[in-house]
Amino acid sequence: MHADPRGVLTGVHFIDGDHAACEGALAAGCRFVAGYPITPSTEVVERFASRIPTVGGVFIQMEDEIASSIAIQGAAWAGKKVMTVTSGPGLSLMMEHVGLAAITETPCVFVDVQRGGPSTGLPTLPAQADMMQVKWGSHGDYEVIALSPHSPQECFDLMIKAFNLAETYRVPVFFMMDEVVGHMTERVVIPPAEQIEVVERRWTRKPPGEYRPYDTDESLVPEMVKAGDGYRIHITGLTHDERGYPAMNPTAQDAMVRRICAKIRQHAEKLVDVRMDGVEGAEVVVVSYGITSRVAGAAVAEARRRGLKVGHLRLVIVWPFPARLVRELAPSLKAFVVPELNMGQMALEVERAAAGRTRTISVPHAGGTVHEPEAILEKILEAAR
Amino acid sequence: MSATEAPGFKLGVDIDNPVMPYLRRDRIPHIWCPGCGIGTTVNCFARALTESGLNLDEVAIVSGIGCTGRVAGYLNLDSFHTTHGRAIPFATGLKLANPKLKVVVYSGDGDLFAIGGNHFVHAARRNMDIMVVCVNNFTYGMTGGQVAPTTPLGPTQTTMPYGNFENPFNLPFLADACGAVYVARWTVYHVKQLTRAMKEGLNKKGFVFIEALSPCPTLYSRRNRLGDGVDQVKYYKEKSVIKNDANTKDVALGFQSEIIVGKFVDRERPTWLEAMNEHLGRVLGERYTPYGVTHVED
Ligand SMILES: Cc1ncc(C[n+]2csc(CCOP(=O)(O)OP(=O)(O)O)c2C)c(N)n1
Ligand code: SF4
Ligand SMILES: [Mg+2]
Repeated sequence: MHADPRGVLTGVHFIDGDHAACEGALAAGCRFVAGYPITPSTEVVERFASRIPTVGGVFIQMEDEIASSIAIQGAAWAGKKVMTVTSGPGLSLMMEHVGLAAITETPCVFVDVQRGGPSTGLPTLPAQADMMQVKWGSHGDYEVIALSPHSPQECFDLMIKAFNLAETYRVPVFFMMDEVVGHMTERVVIPPAEQIEVVERRWTRKPPGEYRPYDTDESLVPEMVKAGDGYRIHITGLTHDERGYPAMNPTAQDAMVRRICAKIRQHAEKLVDVRMDGVEGAEVVVVSYGITSRVAGAAVAEARRRGLKVGHLRLVIVWPFPARLVRELAPSLKAFVVPELNMGQMALEVERAAAGRTRTISVPHAGGTVHEPEAILEKILEAAR
Repeated sequence: MSATEAPGFKLGVDIDNPVMPYLRRDRIPHIWCPGCGIGTTVNCFARALTESGLNLDEVAIVSGIGCTGRVAGYLNLDSFHTTHGRAIPFATGLKLANPKLKVVVYSGDGDLFAIGGNHFVHAARRNMDIMVVCVNNFTYGMTGGQVAPTTPLGPTQTTMPYGNFENPFNLPFLADACGAVYVARWTVYHVKQLTRAMKEGLNKKGFVFIEALSPCPTLYSRRNRLGDGVDQVKYYKEKSVIKNDANTKDVALGFQSEIIVGKFVDRERPTWLEAMNEHLGRVLGERYTPYGVTHVED
């Protein structure tokens, strides 16, 4: 299905990542945003607040992030495509409702424009230190999807993908920007609406009476209805059965938790989205994502100029992590080098996937700015020795 | 002790009960203890639904967590059992995303006024078009009788073992001050009046608040030697004074004190959506796409 032209600002723009992310959401069909201001993400909701009145939809600034992260879920169950937008401190408050979205299988997009933490940390400066929080931050077992754009253009393009994935899999999808990507201004091309593919919600065709909210087929993703259509659904954050009714027993728990994990795990290969540059035949592979991939690119180029066989693997979808790909690359490598604006988060994942078949060298950075390419180069040289 | 674990638990719904069509038969028996007042409020609500004339396919109910939070799960409506304290912001999203829905929040005093207090305050301020029913049993039932923001001064609770020394909220006063357009308090003794208030609330546009005082014999009454559910209803009967239009400042509750009941507030204010449409229409003129005025589906 093509994008609704009302939300698509076709043309060539010179805008920052925050603005581009907002345009991506509008193009994807997002018509309800609830948010709470926080640097460096606020421009996303500010733009949405100014654009939505002419497109047709709602923006509401809620009283906090706890409210924002559940208001969007109410709106999703009334049929809208929805998003909330925040940064670290707000993301921490939203964790309760990441779990609610996971257990109720509510399609929704959480934008996190990352800044330095912990706590209030560095409000105006970048980090990538929420990568594990989005994977593990809410209690219990569940799976999510997370994407990491590295440019304003990708903020637009990948945002459409983020919405499409939320609808396809009915999971919370995280859009993991950072302060630099959010505030850097670059050329952004927005195509005509008919060139933008958007995924509709998996609406059921079953009539009321036959429909059960959590019946699934082999996709493991249930079909959805919305409030007001006569289905009289019950949706709960308690463990539930196919009818959506609370079921306080280990059997129901087992079936539900296994399915909400498996619906992502069994599609993990389809969900691999990486950009590979010179990985074949490489002795060292740099694994990066988001803004760090642009700095890492400079380090990789310099290493190659010095005659080293270095590949670059950029994660576009960060969660689920492309574990098989990393595992298969590992035996032919001297090492993976993983620079990131945190103290070594995705490096743990690379190490886990490599499973001792090669070394993983973390290039941590506490955030506040990006790496010096030399710091990454130094580790590439160390890896190649 | 949770309600499900409460001693003497037994089936409490008569299958010939006229409210049965409003309940999810396949979810009965319910979890509430004998003598609990929550079921009585649900009876009133079911009757109010019939009398309201609303299309029940377009009525949605949202609860938080608690014994009262289970109400959503028993009603045969589109129903959402959310997280503790967050029913109001969920309901806000539901209502704004489909303005043709009548959205009711049904939850406990702890849920709505401790953890969820901030959401209540702001939804009332915005005049969000939802009806909020608070079953006030002066305690946290579901978690075993801890002090609530409504517990009167004096009685003991598991986390106030020497008696409560914290000042409680006067809920109608709070709702009134925050801008609710309809505020009423009744008890489960006043089933007719409570039903009427719920019916009026269902047909009222804007933020409606109804406080229903209700016994929790298992954890509040027994602990404080107030007898069982029946004794508590007797107290409601003997000590209630109906004062419609009372100044909400004057309706605070003390321990086993006089209870002022009635409809305290009934006024008109533009709802959030009306204000948005009116304002943006005026400022943006032709460029504005009116939202949810006649139901816009996309
Ligand atoms: C975030 C969170 N904190 C605590 C709880 C535990 N909890 C469940 S219900 C409840 C209190 C319920 O009290 P009230 O809203 O008055 O409902 P009642 O059971 O009295 O009807 C608490 C504290 C929870 N479920 N979630
Ligand atoms: S509120 Fe009290 S009486 Fe009612 S179900 Fe809960 S514990 Fe039992
Ligand atoms: Mg209570």
